[in-house]
Amino acid sequence: MDNAMTLPRYIFRSALIVLLAMAALAQADMATDSVVQGAQIESADSAIEASAEMSVEEVFAELIAARSTSAKTDTIQKIANSDFPQAQTVLQALQEGELYYTKAKPPVLVFAVNHPDGYSISSALNGEDLGVVGLRDVRKVSINNALRNLLRGLLAEMALRSESVDVRLQAAKNLIRSPAEEYLPAIEKAIANETSDKVLVSLRLAEGMININSDEQTKRLAAIEAFSDTLDSDVMSLLAGMQIQDADGNYQESDEVVRLAAAEVLRDMKAQAQLYKIVENTFFGLSLGSVLLLTAVGLAITFGVMGVINMAHGEMMMLGAYTTYVIQLIMPNYIDYSIIVAIPAAFLVSGLVGIIIERGIIRHLYGRPLETLLATFGVSLILQQAVRSIFSPLNKSVTAPSWLSGSWEINGALSLTYNRLYIIVFSLVVLALLLFVLKKTFVGLQMRAVTQNRAMANSMGIRTGWVDALTFGLGSGIAGIAGVALSQLTNVGPNLGQSYIIDSFMVVVFGGVGNLFGTFFAAMSLGVANKFLEPFAGAVLAKIFVLVFIILFIQWRPRGLFALKGRFVED
Amino acid sequence: MSKFDDVFKQSLIGRLLQSDRAGTWLLGALLALAVLVPFFNLVIPADSFLHLPTYLVVLMGKYLCYALLALALDLIWGYCGILSLGHGAFFALGGYAMGMHLMRQIGDRGVYGNAELPDFMVFLNWTELPWYWYGFDNFFFAMFMVALVPAALAFVFGWLAFRSRVTGVYLSIITQAMTYALLLAFFRNDMGFGGNNGLTDFKDILGFSLQSDGTRNVLFVLSALSVAGAYVLCRAIVSSKYGRVLVAIRDAESRTRFMGYRVEHFKLFVFVVSAMLAGIAGALYVPQVGIINPGEFSPVNSIEIVIWVAVGGRGTLFGAVIGAIVVNYAKTYFTGAFPEVWLFMLGALFVISTLYLPKGIVGVVNQYRERLAVKNSANKPQELSS
Amino acid sequence: MESRKSIKTFAKRGGIALAAATLSLSASIAQAADTIKVGVLHSLSGTMAISETTLKDTVLMLVEEQNKKGGVLGKKLEPVVVDPASNWPLFAEKTKELLEKEKVDVIFGCWTSVSRKSVLPVIEELNGLLFYPVQYEGEESSKNVFYTGAAPNQQAIPAVDYLMSKDGGSVKRWVLAGTDYVYPRTTNKILEAYLKSKGVKSSDIMINYTPFGHSDWQTIVSDIKKFGSQGKKTAVVSTINGDANVPFYKELANQGISAGDIPVVAFSVGEEELSGFDTAPLVGHLAAWNYFMSAPSDANDAFIDKWLEFIGDKKRVTNDPMEATYIGFKMWVKAVEKAGTTDVDKVHDAIIGISVPNLTGGIATMLPNHHLTKPVLIGEIQDNGQFDIVWQTDGAVPGDAWTDFLPESAKLEADWKDPKIMCGNYNTETKKCSGQNY
Repeated sequence: MDNAMTLPRYIFRSALIVLLAMAALAQADMATDSVVQGAQIESADSAIEASAEMSVEEVFAELIAARSTSAKTDTIQKIANSDFPQAQTVLQALQEGELYYTKAKPPVLVFAVNHPDGYSISSALNGEDLGVVGLRDVRKVSINNALRNLLRGLLAEMALRSESVDVRLQAAKNLIRSPAEEYLPAIEKAIANETSDKVLVSLRLAEGMININSDEQTKRLAAIEAFSDTLDSDVMSLLAGMQIQDADGNYQESDEVVRLAAAEVLRDMKAQAQLYKIVENTFFGLSLGSVLLLTAVGLAITFGVMGVINMAHGEMMMLGAYTTYVIQLIMPNYIDYSIIVAIPAAFLVSGLVGIIIERGIIRHLYGRPLETLLATFGVSLILQQAVRSIFSPLNKSVTAPSWLSGSWEINGALSLTYNRLYIIVFSLVVLALLLFVLKKTFVGLQMRAVTQNRAMANSMGIRTGWVDALTFGLGSGIAGIAGVALSQLTNVGPNLGQSYIIDSFMVVVFGGVGNLFGTFFAAMSLGVANKFLEPFAGAVLAKIFVLVFIILFIQWRPRGLFALKGRFVED
Repeated sequence: MSKFDDVFKQSLIGRLLQSDRAGTWLLGALLALAVLVPFFNLVIPADSFLHLPTYLVVLMGKYLCYALLALALDLIWGYCGILSLGHGAFFALGGYAMGMHLMRQIGDRGVYGNAELPDFMVFLNWTELPWYWYGFDNFFFAMFMVALVPAALAFVFGWLAFRSRVTGVYLSIITQAMTYALLLAFFRNDMGFGGNNGLTDFKDILGFSLQSDGTRNVLFVLSALSVAGAYVLCRAIVSSKYGRVLVAIRDAESRTRFMGYRVEHFKLFVFVVSAMLAGIAGALYVPQVGIINPGEFSPVNSIEIVIWVAVGGRGTLFGAVIGAIVVNYAKTYFTGAFPEVWLFMLGALFVISTLYLPKGIVGVVNQYRERLAVKNSANKPQELSS
Repeated sequence: MESRKSIKTFAKRGGIALAAATLSLSASIAQAADTIKVGVLHSLSGTMAISETTLKDTVLMLVEEQNKKGGVLGKKLEPVVVDPASNWPLFAEKTKELLEKEKVDVIFGCWTSVSRKSVLPVIEELNGLLFYPVQYEGEESSKNVFYTGAAPNQQAIPAVDYLMSKDGGSVKRWVLAGTDYVYPRTTNKILEAYLKSKGVKSSDIMINYTPFGHSDWQTIVSDIKKFGSQGKKTAVVSTINGDANVPFYKELANQGISAGDIPVVAFSVGEEELSGFDTAPLVGHLAAWNYFMSAPSDANDAFIDKWLEFIGDKKRVTNDPMEATYIGFKMWVKAVEKAGTTDVDKVHDAIIGISVPNLTGGIATMLPNHHLTKPVLIGEIQDNGQFDIVWQTDGAVPGDAWTDFLPESAKLEADWKDPKIMCGNYNTETKKCSGQNY
């Protein structure tokens, strides 16, 4: 995300240098326009007066010197209300934590961008490139959550004038979350000029969020009216807040008419939200199911098809996750694509390790499934410790690509996170590919032949040893791919595999050993069951119930959900 | 002397051990340990070279508890083909039963001085003792529970599983599910078993301080005798007619069933006996290590038990004992001497022993002896082998 | 023939086996050396290795540094490292080994409460000395243990105070989310009592427990979001442990909960944990500790430089338990020098009241209840994986072994100096100490 924004910002900053010359000419029309909001910012009046007299350098020096939240609030207001051409860039940088100052005397306010040797800095005053400095040569202008909220509003107000619909939409959404009366003129002006319906809806909400605090009842009722189409959580929060009673039974909202109108809108909202909750729960369940599917499907091959009780399966996933980490180290500037590269890489790494394990150890143990348990358990210990020795026992951070972050907001009550969505799709793709390989390719045919009747396959001229290695490699490789997906959800550390191995075995056994469809149905149904139990029973009990259910289910169908039929079942 | 010898020979133990040379070794060593360890620890003065430090007594006691646990597993896995990946659960349940008794023995000597409630309940604002803690202040009730609780769980679980003919890996995986579910349950603080911290800070047992060397030696001797007793019991089971059926079930379950044996009854019986032994092992373990916590339910622990048996030699009984002691001694030694890389060694030990010692340590010894026997062309009876 | 032999063989074989066992065991008893032995009891494998390995390295660094200065009392320090492998009974076993076999003079170790509880009876019986460097739930004060991490009143309560203040966002509604074990349980009990004493209603407090390593946070985060949209400023107080944090924060970010909406203040997330996070979406979430790597002091700069050099990796970070280890080590050295011996009882008497400078610019003093005085700092997560200190207490807060916010615990008091008390759990009502083994 950073890299995508650097270039336009650079151009913008360069333009500012030119503008700087004209800075003195422009006068503070914005400052006089703005309505000062006394309640929120105590000394805003003085700030505006001062900014008319203070130069850019002086205000920046004040920003660096400010220590308390209120002092910083003052200075930020001064910058926002000033006509400094660099105001928006500076506030933006401040919001994103890219505004630093040097240790020189007097200190210079700079923009800093991460650089392998520290930071690459440029002057906040005129955008001049100041080269690269070490990590501890500059200090950050720190802000806290209160200031972040303030900046969010101020920047959104500025961004309303942007050309891009997306920027305007985001700005309108931010204004819903940081309402303040001083933004009202800007919002109203934007509503008058706005062409996009989507932005307009959000702007109306933002307007409502401000007007709801107005003194006039009509304005407030109109605001509530505007809320009736939304499920936005901030709006809901606001309306719910009106209904809160204090100890004496007085409502937070003293105006009965307004309160009742709000209550009615709120009731509708809650009813709708209830409905979406079920959709959301199903989604949560499917996404948990798809994680289970990804972690189990590799095991369904090594354990289900080949009969190897592969305790190192979890460590194959761990290797996949570490591969993702290494790929990100190799290509730090292309985080968005690294994950695409990581998928085949993880498949190869885990697959190769799998083949080595098969050739080195498991080959000698066919027909003795329980021995494979012991040997692979030993392998899993070795792999864990190897990772600890190579990468240190600490967890590694894998950055989420921008296209996997955030969520798809369908409405205020229902939003589906992208990473989960992609993982559901991804797991289905992996399953489909695997089925294709097993059912439609020649290699798959050989694999099935060898697992069904080794001696017969051998006498038909199939090189069983080679096929075994390939099958085990395939299962391990898929575990590696699962590791890539897990790196987006959880810790990348030496214990990663351990936390999924038991669940994986449960899924395979529940679905029926040797049946990929069984694995699919088992994973999805366990995921959904877990998620529908969780709200009532809590996370731990839900999991215990699911385990007990599996134990009992196996009594009923001792060969799992989809048992294989045929003579070779009774071994 | 010879008269005594005859009596010995005709006694049950004597008859059992007649064809079991390794068993005689083992029992002899256990009994000798039971006598000599207290001697070297208590009688020999502390500054003497021959003095046995107390921590070694406790350490060996712990190994013996593990040995008992391994024995329990070998009985079902080695002789009946039931691979339980959840035997740690029975061990832990026995341990918890003992731990609950020891907790109640603390009485008002806890930090809050509450005579009724254990400390962890006091600071979580529990007001009264949960019903399932009743009776555990009585030693005999608690000892009864040590065997009964694991046995009851094994009975219910086994009755369900064996009746439905759940076998092989399916059985292994659901035993794993069982211990995992118990792990999660015992981690919950709401269960009233102390959550993650488990039960600890024990003071004494039957009025004897757990810190005193005397109590420790008694516990050690009890552990050694329990292993010896359990060995004799297991040997008696497997060398009886009943044991033959067990082996038949292991080798060809369907055929045994077709011959008219009620396979599930045989399996259930031996499974329950094994769970009781595991429970007793847990009960002996807790006062010696001073803590029981849900970590004992962890599936990895149960897998480790299987590994002890496999390293020692499956289906030999004494192999299980040897395996438990060897692997745990290796662990103690490696974690102290090579703290950074010991997992490599342990992992390699497992891999190498499965690849090159398919019958475990006992198998190697047997092989060597057989070769020796062939060389000497002696006509000795064959060792018992799996 | 066979019958005659049987009993003889029985005895003979037993004897040989035993002799072999005894010999091998007695051979492993170590001989004394002319050094001062420092035991290091931190897990280097298993689930806790992720946190504890760093502390092992910290102790080794401090020992090396002390040896460069000539050691203590003219003797070199000799570290003895063992690996209790995140296995709680093994902690007790290794402690026995350190004290009885290696005869160490002091042990630095443990992280989880359960490991400390496991070690406690052993260390009391054998009269050892343990420095425990991690924040914990309190409710303990042993004669043989010095707690150099924070007690609940040195972390949890100031953090809540900050969030209730105007700077912290005047939070009115609270989610207490934790992993289901004793530290979160106790801390949340204390916080609940504290919040209620400040007039927060029960309906404004949501308490949630999850198992260790919980990885699927979808439902809980969605519940938190819903709980937070009821018209009052909401914050999450997180006592979520180690491994579960990454998926928790990822889910928060993905469901669009930013620090500005619902800030999360964590007690178990430090710099080291952050190094395993992608921190960009977490900026602004909070943590409460007694030390941050970003603390601007010369002592801290020197410590960081030394650490980076020792570990040979410029990207490593320092954290609060490392500072606690540092303080504990310095205090022990000072106490040994004051007592002129490493004898546990003499060191114990000497160490109470000893002060050493901490790394954030203040002074840490060992109190008679075996806890320290510590400053409390609130930091905001930055996108570079560091914390920005936004608030701190005026001066140091004395650690309280027994919290005042739980009825049974409020009666108790720990004092290892006052000869009239000399006890870790003195009941001020009955004027008695219970359950002491010494």
